[in-house]
Amino acid sequence: MGETKLMKGNEALAEAAIRAGMQGYFGYPITPQSEVIEYLALEEPKHNYVLLQAESEVAAINMVYGAAAAGSRVMTTTSSPGFSLMQEGLSYIACAELPCVTVNVCRGGPGLGTIQPSQGDYFQAVRGGGHGDYQLIVLAPNSVQEMVDHTVLGFELADKYRTPAMLLSDGAIGQMMEKVDLPDPIPYKPDKPWATTGKTPDRERNIITSLYIKSEVMEKVNDRLQAKYQKITDNEVRFEEYHLDDAEVVVMAYGLSSRICKKVVDLARESGIKMGLLRPITLWPFPEKKVAELASLDRVKFFFSVEMSVGQMVQDIRLAAEGKKPIYFYGRKGGIVPTPDEVLEFARKKIEEN
Amino acid sequence: MKEGYEVIYKRPAALTGKRMHYCPGCFHSTIHKMLMEVVQEMDVQDKTIGICPVGCSVFAYDYLDVDMQQAAHGRAAAVATAVKRMLPDRFVFSYQGDGDLAAIGTAETIHACNRGENFTFIFINNGIYGMTGGQMAPTTLDGQKTTTSPYGRDTSKVGMPLKMCEIVSQFEKVAYVERITCNTPANSRKAKRALKKAFEYQQQGLGTTFIEVASNCPSGWKCTPEESLDWLKDKVFPYYPLGVFKEPGKPAK
Ligand SMILES: Cc1ncc(C[n+]2csc(CCOP(=O)(O)OP(=O)(O)O)c2C)c(N)n1
Ligand code: SF4
Ligand SMILES: [Mg+2]
Repeated sequence: MGETKLMKGNEALAEAAIRAGMQGYFGYPITPQSEVIEYLALEEPKHNYVLLQAESEVAAINMVYGAAAAGSRVMTTTSSPGFSLMQEGLSYIACAELPCVTVNVCRGGPGLGTIQPSQGDYFQAVRGGGHGDYQLIVLAPNSVQEMVDHTVLGFELADKYRTPAMLLSDGAIGQMMEKVDLPDPIPYKPDKPWATTGKTPDRERNIITSLYIKSEVMEKVNDRLQAKYQKITDNEVRFEEYHLDDAEVVVMAYGLSSRICKKVVDLARESGIKMGLLRPITLWPFPEKKVAELASLDRVKFFFSVEMSVGQMVQDIRLAAEGKKPIYFYGRKGGIVPTPDEVLEFARKKIEEN
Repeated sequence: MKEGYEVIYKRPAALTGKRMHYCPGCFHSTIHKMLMEVVQEMDVQDKTIGICPVGCSVFAYDYLDVDMQQAAHGRAAAVATAVKRMLPDRFVFSYQGDGDLAAIGTAETIHACNRGENFTFIFINNGIYGMTGGQMAPTTLDGQKTTTSPYGRDTSKVGMPLKMCEIVSQFEKVAYVERITCNTPANSRKAKRALKKAFEYQQQGLGTTFIEVASNCPSGWKCTPEESLDWLKDKVFPYYPLGVFKEPGKPAK
């Protein structure tokens, strides 16, 4: 059953994609995620996926569009500036309802920024970074193991809902080495009668498009998309709870920050502070019901969000808590990872204030 | 069918029959028809996948009775690349305007050609942005008036009109390049032959096939269909000569 290995996050992700039956990969090198395409290039002779280094991220995401529309299980990976270039394509992919997996191994911005890890692309990921009303399913791995698990899950969810899924990771998770359990290769049998594979005499032609020039029709398309997003919201919220049962202070963090915050919770509890961690695993759909539930408990005094950004997820927490509890934010920028001590210090101050 | 009559010409069955939205006299409709005649004659309707990016022909999928993908403006070559690589035994074509292929999508065009992607470009060069109302294209002629070059294209500011056939025929892995038109029955026959050859070379896996149509746009050019034919003859063909630029087994021009 499976295989256990010591692997880098990016390489584990690539290996997971192969095992998930990925048929096509299109990407453009960018630090800190180039190991994905490098790994796939090395492994290519042993498998029969299509691998192409595109001329840009713009081309890569449109290759993903074409391959997905042709019925293939397909992926691209990039880091922040590259993900910005993919936004138009992702909007088309979402509207044309094409399943695929995209990965942003996030680095510090804005601009060319730094190649150090960051969580500054949260809004871009969860708000639909391109034009129009659409969503990506956003998974936030916090370990090399979850780089593997979420890649497999991303493909499954993308196919299940005919929608693009993404992993929002960061440079630290992408670069770190950890022990991982790799799954056995998953037999993947595409069942995509809508795909453009050639109009055989037994069916009408298949058309993949995001163009609906008549407003009435475009409104209906939007209704259909929204109904799908509602279904995803109802069924696919994932989160992890850590010592929330008696928590009076709720810290929220995802990805790399959530690992630091676990340590913060342990340290806090050693000193008698009843702190618990709520870690969103899906950033969209966001665990808003869970936040609302915690916010209405008398024992919970306040929430705070810890992010490697100037504070983006904190807005979703505020929306979900509907003003019932104070929501604070602590973050570091520019690729700096906060230490457990500084986060605990921040929490202590807030406890004194409340 | 009336007694004593026989059908000698009809719409190819690979066209859906939906009334086209193209302006009267526009070559888009003629090229659509020829393309589907080729698909039918080669009996590859069930194996053909077309890519139509944004431009006047973005609705081509309403008319071409084959599997179709609409693509973002400029990205048809990237989309077609992936379709052909995932499904190498299918016939793949992109159907792109000059703004699409030679301005916003130049990088995708050049790189697909340089890789020798084994699909067929159908490049409708009408020297203008038809769909958005007649703005200057990368192929607008020196001095030609458009809504964004109201005093005529000033090549000292915006450069010379791009010659795509001349450019892409330089790439080693591009197999076949021809510039065609359909202003006369004779040229239309040649045009159809070129489209067919492109599909045949694609079938043989010889590399990129690139057909440029020296096309018209009576609406964007603000003239009648007849006048558009004169403009083609007098202005377009001298700058954009018709003919084969590269063909398998023949010395390059
Ligand atoms: C990213 C983007 N920029 C601009 C546009 C607007 N736009 C639509 S079609 C077009 C030009 C079309 O010209 P061409 O490719 O020559 O096709 P034609 O209509 O002349 O056949 C432009 C600029 C767009 N749809 N998307
Ligand atoms: S605007 Fe020009 S290119 Fe478009 S359909 Fe009309 S004549 Fe043809
Ligand atoms: Mg044009």
